[in-house]
Amino acid sequence: MAATIRIQSGPFDATAETAALTEGRADIGAVVAFTGFCRDEGGRLSALELEHYPGMAEAEIARIAAEAELRWPLLGLTVIHRFGRIPPGEEIVLVLAASAHRRAAFEAAEFLMDYLKTRAPFWKREHLTDGTVGDWVEAKDLDDRAMERWR
Amino acid sequence: MKLVYFAWVRERVGRTDEEVDLPENVATVADLVRWLKTRGEEYEHAFEDENVVRVAIDHVHVKPEASIAGAREIAFFPPMTGG
Repeated sequence: MAATIRIQSGPFDATAETAALTEGRADIGAVVAFTGFCRDEGGRLSALELEHYPGMAEAEIARIAAEAELRWPLLGLTVIHRFGRIPPGEEIVLVLAASAHRRAAFEAAEFLMDYLKTRAPFWKREHLTDGTVGDWVEAKDLDDRAMERWR
Repeated sequence: MKLVYFAWVRERVGRTDEEVDLPENVATVADLVRWLKTRGEEYEHAFEDENVVRVAIDHVHVKPEASIAGAREIAFFPPMTGG
């Protein structure tokens, strides 16, 4: 199974990506889609700026996808992660996991997100509504623990 | 050997990347961090809490005890916050 992995600055269309993943397939019984969006944090943020490590971002996501394929009987996988300046309300990340049955698709999508958060080389910085540049977002222990439980 | 920096590590070091010639006694990632910290205040500041800065060799995450022999590109960056 070849995973589709893209790192891009522009928006993506989750519906079109799902259609592309399932087109012409009669074996897929379940697709779980996760879309992560930029929040405004109660009106505080004008945007999130995402820096990434070109080359490693693709390579690391491919390694995470390969690990997911070892653990679950997947029939398709799409991961799209944006970089650059993203305003509140726009999407940041998409994970699509396809399988014959729902449990594998649910679990694989959650596993991919937990691993992406802690292992894919992306860093968020806040831009504030008052026009100033805010801080780098700090990594959460909660995200580390979410990943640990898959060990 | 090429070193690259990201996010606040890049800002503290004051550059995105650099080529370095390393002394022979620099064998591991931990040795490299120790050596970098002798190069000036900006490196001292970037690596003040060594346990926080993450490292990748040729696009693969590594631990401080990893050997840097044969590495083409070593990256230093904060804990990741994507997704």
